[in-house]
Amino acid sequence: MSAALAPAAPAASPVAAGRRRRTRHRRLVVTGLVVTVLALVVVGLCVGERLYSPVDAVRVLLLGERVPGASFTIGTLRGPRVLTGLLAGVAFGMGGAVFQTMLRNPLASPDIIGVSAGASAAAVVAITLLGASGPGVSVVAVVSGLVVAGLIYALSWRRGVQGARLVLIGIAVGAMLDSVINYAMTRAGVYDANEALRWLTGSLNSAFWAGLGPLAAAMAVLVPLLLVVARRLPILQLGDEAAAGLGVRPDRARLALLLVAVALVSVGTATTGPIAFVAFLSGPIAHRLLRGTGSLLVPAGLVGAVLVLAGDLVGQHLLVARFPVGVVTGVLGAPYLLWLLARTNRSGGRL
Amino acid sequence: MTLLHPTPTASSGGRSASLRRRRSVGLTVAVAGLALAVLASLAFGTRVVGWQDVVAGVLHPDMDVIAQAAVQSRVARTVLGLLVGAALGLAGAVMQGLTRNPLADPLLLGVSSGASLFVVMGIAWLGLSTLTQYVWLAFAGAAAASALVYGIGSLGREGATPLKLALAGAATSAALSSAVSMVLLSRTDVFDTFRFWQIGSIGRADLADIARVAPFLLVGAVLAVGCARGMDALALGDELATGLGQRTLVVRLVGALAVVLLCGTAVAIAGPIGFVGLVVPHLARAFTGPSHRWLLPYSAVLGAALLLVADVVGRVVARPQEIEVGIVTAVLGAPVFIAIIRRRQVREL
Repeated sequence: MSAALAPAAPAASPVAAGRRRRTRHRRLVVTGLVVTVLALVVVGLCVGERLYSPVDAVRVLLLGERVPGASFTIGTLRGPRVLTGLLAGVAFGMGGAVFQTMLRNPLASPDIIGVSAGASAAAVVAITLLGASGPGVSVVAVVSGLVVAGLIYALSWRRGVQGARLVLIGIAVGAMLDSVINYAMTRAGVYDANEALRWLTGSLNSAFWAGLGPLAAAMAVLVPLLLVVARRLPILQLGDEAAAGLGVRPDRARLALLLVAVALVSVGTATTGPIAFVAFLSGPIAHRLLRGTGSLLVPAGLVGAVLVLAGDLVGQHLLVARFPVGVVTGVLGAPYLLWLLARTNRSGGRL
Repeated sequence: MTLLHPTPTASSGGRSASLRRRRSVGLTVAVAGLALAVLASLAFGTRVVGWQDVVAGVLHPDMDVIAQAAVQSRVARTVLGLLVGAALGLAGAVMQGLTRNPLADPLLLGVSSGASLFVVMGIAWLGLSTLTQYVWLAFAGAAAASALVYGIGSLGREGATPLKLALAGAATSAALSSAVSMVLLSRTDVFDTFRFWQIGSIGRADLADIARVAPFLLVGAVLAVGCARGMDALALGDELATGLGQRTLVVRLVGALAVVLLCGTAVAIAGPIGFVGLVVPHLARAFTGPSHRWLLPYSAVLGAALLLVADVVGRVVARPQEIEVGIVTAVLGAPVFIAIIRRRQVREL
């Protein structure tokens, strides 16, 4: 919290009152997001071709009972789908927010600059051409995500890394990696549109319990790690000299954060594919909700979960056909990106 | 004003002997390269064919000999590759000239995705089924996407900088290709060839189809060449161009029409293919300098050669499957794009 760095104001001053108001607002937002996520989980479990009551969902998933019909529909189909969406959404939201904050550029999110595509390409090559499965795919995806992120960073380096160059190079790398994904599909003889779209734009269609294990295990390690390292974020935002003066090594802290963020995004991508624009949208939406105070990480993760779960519900039930979640978030996310560009361009700001 | 051409002055000293020599030598090299690419396109494919069969398959095919029939099917494919490659090379050169933007490319700026989306919607919702119908929709889609990307990219003080245009193009492409996926998935009954509208390919060539769209390509090429002088003037900036008696708005509109015709036709018959239009003008400028009267024909020749080479690579690398040419051009083209960006100062982006 940047407020922690201000000299302690005497209680009952306007500053303290403002801080109390901000804390209250923040609690309200986070609570609201948690409630929204839970509501979406319940709807995702209970709504579909056949409706089941939330009681059935609890009996099947938490008490492990056999309920005719519900055991299969919720236990085998909707349960893993919703939980995978929840976890992947949190991973994309948090990872994206770290990228955008660290690189000080809303466009520098992993799904726009090709990092997610790197993880996805590795996962699809491992699965289709090398016959990998299970946790191995996640490991390959994380390694590849890190390599691609390092490559983009290195390619953008010319007497320092400039946001504009990094974003453009990232877009080109992403286009190239999408072609690698398509190549792997061709080689493996995959002509099924749904399967191809899973690795290009992300989908929950192939979520099942077995894939949930590695994702949950990885996130149980990565999320706490990220939150610990992120305690340094507000100090880094003061600028490098100030941070160094406060005893934080800016380069190291930034690198550590980015590494964990890449790992998070890659693990999510290995399971669902790179769900379009979730990493890109979550941070800015969380920032608006919070009115720009305090750490973005947890709210951005929750927003990510909301986006994925809501997008999947829309794609499954509200449209003329069933669409993978990534197609829905792709269509909805791009106008926001265009609006952001238009607004930035009009106000003459630099991207 | 930032000049976005690699060479800061348009055709100063452009009459020098060394440049003339470079242009003529370059043209010889380009045409020779194109001839080799055509030969390779006829000779190599998923099926390995002997030279006698290649010659026979082109000149007097005996359709009972499988090898010769295979070569015969490559003839149409080669013709299509020549036309589409030339169209994309020209379109890229015109886009880069009109926007003074070294990163312009039909796919990267969303023009191809716009054409693709309109065609797919036409097939799914209007029940269109013939190439002549697709072409008009592709023109409409290309025009709409161009207007959107250029409109958003040119807002603000500095006008359409390469960065703004590239970002607006990337965002538009992402949105449009998601929309294409949506339309395709909603009508899987209609689309047996989903990939074709997402990734360009010249594997489904048919000489009758090619003949139907060739006139559009011809008109597009004529319009493009007609803009050559105007684009030379635009390279100096709008004020100077107006001072030289060029009507900048007319040049831009005619050029945009050329781009729409060339890209729209290419997409209608081969799907969206990226990076040819981006890379080719840069290769050409190495020989021609900035003069568009030279740059445009060069770009057509080099575009045709590059697309054919990429297609041959895609046929040979993954035997027994084929890799669509759109995949190969992206893998080969993206590094060039990155090299172009790395050569520039950030303030120019």
